[in-house]
Amino acid sequence: MTLSDNLIGASYVYLLEPEVRFLEAAVEHLIPTDELGPGARDAGVVVYIDRQLASSWGVHGRMYRGGPWMEGTPQQGYQSRFTPQEVYRIAISEIDQHCKTAFGRPFAQLAGDRQLRLLKQLEKDEIALPSLSSKFFFDLLWRNTDEGYFADPLYGGNRDKVGWKLLGFPGLPTSEYRRLVTSSEPYHAEPVSVLDVQTGKVPVDAEGFPKHVIIKRDR
Amino acid sequence: MSNTKLKSVDVVVVGSGVVGSIMSMELASAGLSVVCLERGRSFDVNTDFYKPNVYDELKFDRHSDIFQNLARDTITFRNNNAQTALPMREMGAFKPGEMVGGTAVHWGGNARRFLPHDFEMRSRIEQRYGKSFIPEDCNLQDWGITWDEVEPYYDQFEHIFGVGGKSGNLNGEIQAGGNPHEGSRSREYPNPPTRPSYEGRLFADAASSLGYVPFQGPTAAMTQDYRNLYRVQMLECARGGFCSSHVCAQGAKANPLTSVHPALARQPTFELRPLCNVLRVNKDSTGKKATGVTYIDARGNEVEQPGSIVVLGAYCFSNTRLLLLSGIGIPYDPRTGKGVVGRNYSYQQGGSVHVFFDDREFNPFIGGGQLNTSIDEFNGDVIDRGPLGFIGCAYVNTSARGAAPIKGKVVPPGTPRWGGEWKKAVAHNYRRNMAITIHGTCLSYQHNYLDLDPTYKDAYGLPLLRMTFDWNDNELRMMKYLDERCTEIGRALNGSGLGGKNKGTHFGITGYQSTHNVGGAVMGSNPWTSVVNKYMQSWDVSNLFVVGGSAFPQNPANGPTETIGMLACWAADAIKENYVRNPGSLV
Ligand SMILES: Cc1cc2nc3c(=O)[nH]c(=O)nc-3n(C[C@H](O)[C@H](O)[C@H](O)COP(=O)(O)OP(=O)(O)OC[C@H]3O[C@@H](n4cnc5c(N)ncnc54)[C@H](O)[C@@H]3O)c2cc1C
Ligand code: SF4
Repeated sequence: MTLSDNLIGASYVYLLEPEVRFLEAAVEHLIPTDELGPGARDAGVVVYIDRQLASSWGVHGRMYRGGPWMEGTPQQGYQSRFTPQEVYRIAISEIDQHCKTAFGRPFAQLAGDRQLRLLKQLEKDEIALPSLSSKFFFDLLWRNTDEGYFADPLYGGNRDKVGWKLLGFPGLPTSEYRRLVTSSEPYHAEPVSVLDVQTGKVPVDAEGFPKHVIIKRDR
Repeated sequence: MSNTKLKSVDVVVVGSGVVGSIMSMELASAGLSVVCLERGRSFDVNTDFYKPNVYDELKFDRHSDIFQNLARDTITFRNNNAQTALPMREMGAFKPGEMVGGTAVHWGGNARRFLPHDFEMRSRIEQRYGKSFIPEDCNLQDWGITWDEVEPYYDQFEHIFGVGGKSGNLNGEIQAGGNPHEGSRSREYPNPPTRPSYEGRLFADAASSLGYVPFQGPTAAMTQDYRNLYRVQMLECARGGFCSSHVCAQGAKANPLTSVHPALARQPTFELRPLCNVLRVNKDSTGKKATGVTYIDARGNEVEQPGSIVVLGAYCFSNTRLLLLSGIGIPYDPRTGKGVVGRNYSYQQGGSVHVFFDDREFNPFIGGGQLNTSIDEFNGDVIDRGPLGFIGCAYVNTSARGAAPIKGKVVPPGTPRWGGEWKKAVAHNYRRNMAITIHGTCLSYQHNYLDLDPTYKDAYGLPLLRMTFDWNDNELRMMKYLDERCTEIGRALNGSGLGGKNKGTHFGITGYQSTHNVGGAVMGSNPWTSVVNKYMQSWDVSNLFVVGGSAFPQNPANGPTETIGMLACWAADAIKENYVRNPGSLV
């Protein structure tokens, strides 16, 4: 079974079908599948975004939400009247509308190079969307894509720990780290996630640290 | 909503962080009745924070419920007076805490004393370079304390937080292996120093080759199992990463929850009241005595807690805001330069130079617990800044960061921000770079200040604190100089390339920088330019003590917390040894 056959991403809590299609296409450009391994789509980043939008973050549960709202300067950070849920909903439908007007189809159905060009335009704020800055949406999308690809698989992305394998990041530490911290030998191990320990896939020692399976490498 | 007035106590402490916990402990153990009011909830280190859940970067870096709940209270921010301040809606540049134990429950553990120079910065700069060397709009000030006065209280704090290190100056004698530029210490650190990481050894060799004297920086992560001054046990650091911004499930990172609260809970005259949000300090009819504080309790009742002494230990922001909301001290007016509350708000300069290697691979995920190798040749007044044309200094170090996969990725300059090339660069460089980090001073300026926002309110209908702050030319010149020096060290490391993190010329509240917000209620010997005297006692209300980073007249290089803890020990001592016997002004 390859990653894309594993459809744990088939259920979505917040996102609508056209949004899922938009995001699957978009995030795959941001972190593409290549010889190094799966890209953001197969890593479950869209599932990650869906779960985040359905979480308290999606409605800015612990963020200041009071008005009045002004765009502010880049230094002043997030100033939108919209919560992340609303940003995704409004931006995707407006970008799809833009694509339909300009090219006759929604974003997800355009050719790859056209999608790529559009993403670059969004990033530079070159597409005038009716309700929000396209750069503002792009920056949020990129931030969430990066998070989804590299956060613990607990959150629905980084499926099969592909992000961590890409980096050579072993995930949770072991009790050996206190000794290894002075070592100049590169340490490589199969990554272990919070999810692995919570679901009992990886056992822990008396201190609560997981055991690592060391990857032998030719040096 | 009902209004209740409770029985009076000796001391009301606001905040249960570094300041609140230590002051409560010192005053309660002296026999005073102490009530500590904390807006956050109680956490149990064992049942709230355990493995594997603590190893969750997304949660602790971005969405943690132990950070201040901005939906209820935040600040507004602008770079200058001409702009409209807007609320900090998301946690960004800094992450103040909201829980029993405060911000330091998720701090990084870098526990450095300031240098003797730092407390007398204005005098020393004037002496060495003349008055005109100080920028006209700069409110550089002495602290009103000297190294010799406060050294014993640094020592006390280090024995509460179990700091590990090697002294470089013991009773005036320079010690091999330590920091030769530190102030003279009366005792060795309570715990041994860390051993250098691979990156640390490379940094030390490169630094030595340029004539600098590397040492292992002090840390509040235990370098061995340790029972502290309050007889609380902490365990040796496991170097498992997920450290700064996270809670330590190992019981290795000293913080109020691990080092003070367990002992405090045993004090018979102490009471902790979590989920109580203090709204103001109350005054008597003369306005010169505090009668206690008013807070909203967990059920929404407005409660008055009278007390003979009030201590504010609610972090830089709340300390300043509570003074403004209570009408204590004259609010600072940037147009006239008059007034003191909110004056001299400052922050921390920082930057880094990254060295990339094709032929070396590190284990950047192993580390944390502030395992760092440092140099102090740019700190204090070691170098002559006359010809360089700036005031300020920095320490420089390389640490075993415990680099986490979301925020710990570094790519060489020129790499695209996303896409296939970015992915390749991330894969290649995550384990093949090391950082040389700069941690620098930030002076105070007439146009950087805190006041109450005219528009935005908190959940209780009270005005938010407004921050007006930007970087200044002096600091940008300093950072340029330091960047050049660190680039030299970087070159001596013979990597395949160099890169840097440049924050830009304007301060922005996005992207974590440091929770080293200082000033607003500064200490000093002149009531026209300070809010509290050298004992942290309000000039206007003599039974009110305002303690914390809020008291720093400007920000030295070394990270605030060790000095915040020291000031808590120092102020507590002044209260129990002098004030209690003879209430009134201590100076
Ligand atoms: C990620 C991170 C890393 C850090 N690393 C370092 C480091 O390596 N070295 C260093 O020196 N410093 C570091 N710091 C800074 C350090 O945490 C602070 O300097 C320190 O916690 C300040 O202590 P305090 O007691 O003054 O304030 P706090 O610890 O913030 O305690 C104040 C308490 O007051 C409570 N409070 C506020 N307002 C009210 C109110 N109105 N009513 C009731 N209660 C209130 C708050 O909830 C809080 O619990 C770091 C901070 C962060 C976030
Ligand atoms: S690195 Fe050390 S201090 Fe930091 S969380 Fe781990 S055990 Fe605690």
